Amino acid sequence: MLRWLPEDVSTYGHEIDSLFHLIYYITAVTFILVTVLMVVFLVKYREQPGRRAIYTHGNTTLEIIWTIIPAAILIVLSFMSVSTWAKVKRSVPPTDFDIQVTAKQFNWEVVYPGADGKFGTPDDVNFDNDLHVPVNKVVRIHLGSRDVIHSFFLPNLRLKQDAVPGRTILVWFEATKPGKYELPCAELCGFGHSGMKGWLYVHTPEEYAKWAAENLTAKPQ
Amino acid sequence: MSDTVAAGAVHAAHGHHEEIGFWRTYVFSTDHKMIGRQFLFLGLFMLLIGGTLAMMIRWELAWPETAVPGFSWIPEPYMYEGIIPPQTYNALFTMHATIMIFFVVMPIMVGCFGNFLIPLMIGTRDMAFPKLNMLSFWVGAVSGVVMLASFLVPGGPAASGWTGYATLSARAAYTGVGLGQDLWIISLIIIGISSLMGSINYITTIVNMRAPGMSYFRMPLTVWSLFITAILLLLALPVLTAALAMLLFDRTMDTSFFLPEGGGQPLLWQHMFWFFGHPEVYVLVLPAMGVTSELLSTFSRKPIFGYHAMAFSMIAIAFLSWIVWGHHMFVSGMNPLLGTAFMMTTMVIAVPSAIKVFNWLGTLWGGSIRLTSPMLFALGFVSNFLIGGLSGIFMASTPVDIFIHDTYYIVAHFHYVVAGIIFALFAAVYYWFPKMFGRMMNEKLGKIHFVLTYIFFNGAFFPMHFLGVAGHMRRIYNPTQYEFLQPMQHWNVFITISALILGASQLFFLFNFAWSLFAGKKAERNPWQANTLEWSAPTPPPHGNFEVQPVVYRGPYEYSSPEVKEDWLPQDKNLGAGAVARGH
Repeated sequence: MLRWLPEDVSTYGHEIDSLFHLIYYITAVTFILVTVLMVVFLVKYREQPGRRAIYTHGNTTLEIIWTIIPAAILIVLSFMSVSTWAKVKRSVPPTDFDIQVTAKQFNWEVVYPGADGKFGTPDDVNFDNDLHVPVNKVVRIHLGSRDVIHSFFLPNLRLKQDAVPGRTILVWFEATKPGKYELPCAELCGFGHSGMKGWLYVHTPEEYAKWAAENLTAKPQ
Repeated sequence: MSDTVAAGAVHAAHGHHEEIGFWRTYVFSTDHKMIGRQFLFLGLFMLLIGGTLAMMIRWELAWPETAVPGFSWIPEPYMYEGIIPPQTYNALFTMHATIMIFFVVMPIMVGCFGNFLIPLMIGTRDMAFPKLNMLSFWVGAVSGVVMLASFLVPGGPAASGWTGYATLSARAAYTGVGLGQDLWIISLIIIGISSLMGSINYITTIVNMRAPGMSYFRMPLTVWSLFITAILLLLALPVLTAALAMLLFDRTMDTSFFLPEGGGQPLLWQHMFWFFGHPEVYVLVLPAMGVTSELLSTFSRKPIFGYHAMAFSMIAIAFLSWIVWGHHMFVSGMNPLLGTAFMMTTMVIAVPSAIKVFNWLGTLWGGSIRLTSPMLFALGFVSNFLIGGLSGIFMASTPVDIFIHDTYYIVAHFHYVVAGIIFALFAAVYYWFPKMFGRMMNEKLGKIHFVLTYIFFNGAFFPMHFLGVAGHMRRIYNPTQYEFLQPMQHWNVFITISALILGASQLFFLFNFAWSLFAGKKAERNPWQANTLEWSAPTPPPHGNFEVQPVVYRGPYEYSSPEVKEDWLPQDKNLGAGAVARGH
């Protein structure tokens, strides 16, 4: 089933995917175990003439075992999740590459800060729906929304973050492979929700420099 | 307890010869059994509507922007000669979820079976407040009318999802839906009042009106589940009602509780909604668990494995359900540190659910299992709940949830849990139909219904996991607009075909239900040879339920007890002075 996961091109995606795989194997084993036992019991203990059901009200030892084992597994899973979560969501690595993405019904407004490195100045450069970034570079997104809640979703980078009106939320990613990746909105945002999408272009450093020279510095306002 | 006996005696003295007319018997009845039946018919009627909406949704996802057969009569701009426009699609899934949760599962599992079963199972003549009970149904019916009326107003019904996230839901300009969304809010406020009246009644009845000898730990697990459900409803619904009132004020008076431009907080809505919404999930699933425990014990002819573990795990679920709501908000912009905390509590709440599944297995072990229609559906519920419970662990893990949040993985998960309840619902209908209507349902049709429902339920919902793994978002109108989803489109077609057959399979149930109502085999008093008190009452029970006040001597699941020759031992059967009280 997990072969359908989109290709991972991020620095933290493999940690998410390995947790996904781990939980998949744990749940698959549990599912098979319980289902097989259930089917075996249904066949073996089907009603037969002359046989009476076992008269028992339970077994405390068993209750303790099947409370403690799942509890232990789940607590370990929690602790294993903490560090990856912290890496993706709780801090942004140092970087000098910032992009502002502001969602609105039904577009991603993309703003590059221009030569001065600041947003809201006359040299800002605006695009609709397209993000261009260099490969192997930490990209910091200043995510906001103009109207309703949207969700910034990059399946290939294992990144999702809601864009909330009235706030700016910082998110980051570092793409590891050049290419063109889809950027859908993942939160219902109105009648145009379906089809609200953009593209993330990940360039080699040379290509990016070329694109930036053509589009970021020379672009007249 | 002596008060109850006295009340019962007084009732018996003057209750018999009262003739009441048609209106008070069938319409404005204060009899808990008639109110239970009314909730059942309301729920089944709404199930037809909610199910039809689901079929339209599935058609759109498999064959986007093609005409849905049979719907060309719906006028523009709601549909274009059968083609669903995006706005209508949003309304379809909003209303599908709202109807299924508030007008199908709650009225049937809580309204119908809560009403019908609580007084019968605890051995009393009616609810504590019969008039409040009647009011609860009729207020619920008004709420249903308001919800259905929203289909007919200009702009159409609510289209901001059943979760109604602000700011989308807070301004008509964002969705284009005006009055429809207001009616949605008003209807939910009204049904909240209805549920509140019901839950006060259930709690009072269970606390005060149990038959002599019916201690808390001799109550059937169905009653336990409804008791805990009623407490959850009592505490959760006021929070939803408050949030809905604030949303209505935002929409109509620009109060800006949730709108940032006026100083409000969009996330406040999510906190309030899910503070209600997560306990709500357990409101829906606990009665299903109670019914399943009841039926697994009865048809395994064996005491329930770990009665106390079953009762306490439900209590644990109820307590924990108050501190897990934030797992719906991991990627909402909530402080990520809170995400970690909510992950921990969410992982913990999986433990009592696991305990329940293992105890159900323990109940089957060593039993003498009768695979009747109700038993098959109860087993189907266990199977679905197992999948739904396990798939929940993925989204409990915060990093994994970053990817699967708002994808079809979530849709698969909650349908296995919440739509899976329909199996417990059918199990309960097949099981208690004889007591409700005095006739048996057809077993052969019941089994065909089960096999088809089980296969095509899984055919419809299991592949949604695959779509989720591929990143398929929820609530999108046309998946083929996305390049990365195009290789998965055949699964959408597969799911839709399964769903259409699943829908068609329900005709076996409808036919069986309608036919058995009038022409089914007459039911005896205790057709399943079960122990609980409702089977000691006449079939169907008259107003006042029992001929004599039952006295309870033992727990509800004394099947295959060595004390008696038969393999069942009713709770109220007096074995005489020499017999030792066993069970609980």
